[in-house]
Amino acid sequence: MYRKLSRFKVFAAMLVALSLLLAACGSAPTAQTATTVPANPDVILATTTSTMDSGLLDVLIPAFEKKSGYKVKPISVGTGQALAMGEKGEADVLLVHAPDAELKVVEKGAAINRRLVMHNDFIFVGPPSDPAGIKSVKTSIDAMKKIAEMKQIFISRGDDSGTDKMEKSFWKKANIQPTGTWYQETGAGMGQTLNVASEKKGYTLTDRATFLAQKKNNDLDIVLEKEPALLNIYHVMEVNPEKFPKVNKDGAKAFADFIVSPEGQAIIKDFGVSKYGQSLFVPDAGKNESELGK
Amino acid sequence: MLLQAEVEGSEFVELILSGIGQALHLLFQGDPEVWAVTWLTLKVSGIATIISVLMGVPMGILLALSRFPGKSLLVSLVNTGMGLPPVVVGLFVTILLWRSGPLGIFGLLYTPAAMILAQAVIASPIITALTFAAIEQLDPNLRYQLLSLGATRLQTVWRLVLEARLSILAAVIAGFGGVISEVGASMMVGGNVKGQTRVLTTATVMEVSKGNFDVAIALSIILLTLAYGVTLILTLVQQGRQRG
Repeated sequence: MYRKLSRFKVFAAMLVALSLLLAACGSAPTAQTATTVPANPDVILATTTSTMDSGLLDVLIPAFEKKSGYKVKPISVGTGQALAMGEKGEADVLLVHAPDAELKVVEKGAAINRRLVMHNDFIFVGPPSDPAGIKSVKTSIDAMKKIAEMKQIFISRGDDSGTDKMEKSFWKKANIQPTGTWYQETGAGMGQTLNVASEKKGYTLTDRATFLAQKKNNDLDIVLEKEPALLNIYHVMEVNPEKFPKVNKDGAKAFADFIVSPEGQAIIKDFGVSKYGQSLFVPDAGKNESELGK
Repeated sequence: MLLQAEVEGSEFVELILSGIGQALHLLFQGDPEVWAVTWLTLKVSGIATIISVLMGVPMGILLALSRFPGKSLLVSLVNTGMGLPPVVVGLFVTILLWRSGPLGIFGLLYTPAAMILAQAVIASPIITALTFAAIEQLDPNLRYQLLSLGATRLQTVWRLVLEARLSILAAVIAGFGGVISEVGASMMVGGNVKGQTRVLTTATVMEVSKGNFDVAIALSIILLTLAYGVTLILTLVQQGRQRG
């Protein structure tokens, strides 16, 4: 009996020791690299999956943090959710790509200071054999019509992201209500959706950056590209501090200013060149949106 | 067709092998990011389990030893809690921690503390329910015997806990296993922020969506090893009596 008791006590003592150890480590101060530490260092960035999955944030954020002393928490979700977080004041700054939906958020007064950051483009990808013959069509609308007509598998994000919003707008313009077994929604990010499209030999709409970043894993070819309607434009917006007093307005402004600054724009321009031989994003700060892609 | 299956099979093996190789490489080359993610995983799930033990074990005992109307209703609720979906917990904890939410002033969302909170909510019912079952299945006469021998209430409870310790440790193992493997709540309340709230499960999801399957497999192997290591220690404690 004595022995049993001591075993249990050992376990109890281990539990206590472990919790003390963990607690001690939890409160250990973290090293600050920047020279100045802002009063409120945490900045919540609500952004799209493409900026995370392509790896852009992994170079952009450390550069900003090092320079400013802020700590960015990038929450990578679909543009729909990112905008919703902005509308509720649950994020400080938004980096998204759905111009029409963005303007609505600005109109509602939830976001301010909407500025053009960069663009890349959307592309249609599909199985290399191209069973629907999309390589021969010229416009996105025609591509959609042909896929629907031939009932070829189309994999949709279905998650209200920027890409999903763009895809839905094409179906609308083509006057097609996509239903049936050929139309499948993943409800997942772009990377995952490309995996599904490759696996199911389906077509999908993707941003070029994510496609290039994942090309090695997928058996998909570009079937339609470089159409004006396929521009993918990213804006940065600060969540309105007058409407949401808890917003970190200085941090949000610092981040937004940084990514449209010459330094931030240079990072965007160089990103991906060494790995893919081409830029994944085109920096556009200060340009007029209507001039893009010309 | 057969040939194709063979080719695909070898690709599968290759991917797994490269994942294992990568896991060893990441760990033993001392990749600081992977170590940080692994350590955070252990820290978050460890603290959450400890909190759940501190809450769940007393609650389970109390539930087992008390008699009151509606008890089976409460027990069935706790039992249902064992299957509480992590995403549901994540959603409610997120809403609770929003800046506009009731606990918003603490600014806990997207911090390890938020993940600990969510995981403690997930593990507590598991530990409560299994502790309840452990005490409940003891011979009821034991309790009366102890009381008649003049043991105080506290002494009685302690003795019962000792009698049921194998099952209670199984409850702890189940609780820990439940939280170290969950991804839905951690993703939602933690946000998978690099260097802050990225744990092995959320990192794995991210690497899959980035298409880095080899890294994802490596992270999975590290996770499995970690879960096995902790469970092994708990099991050794549990089985200690037989060795001694």
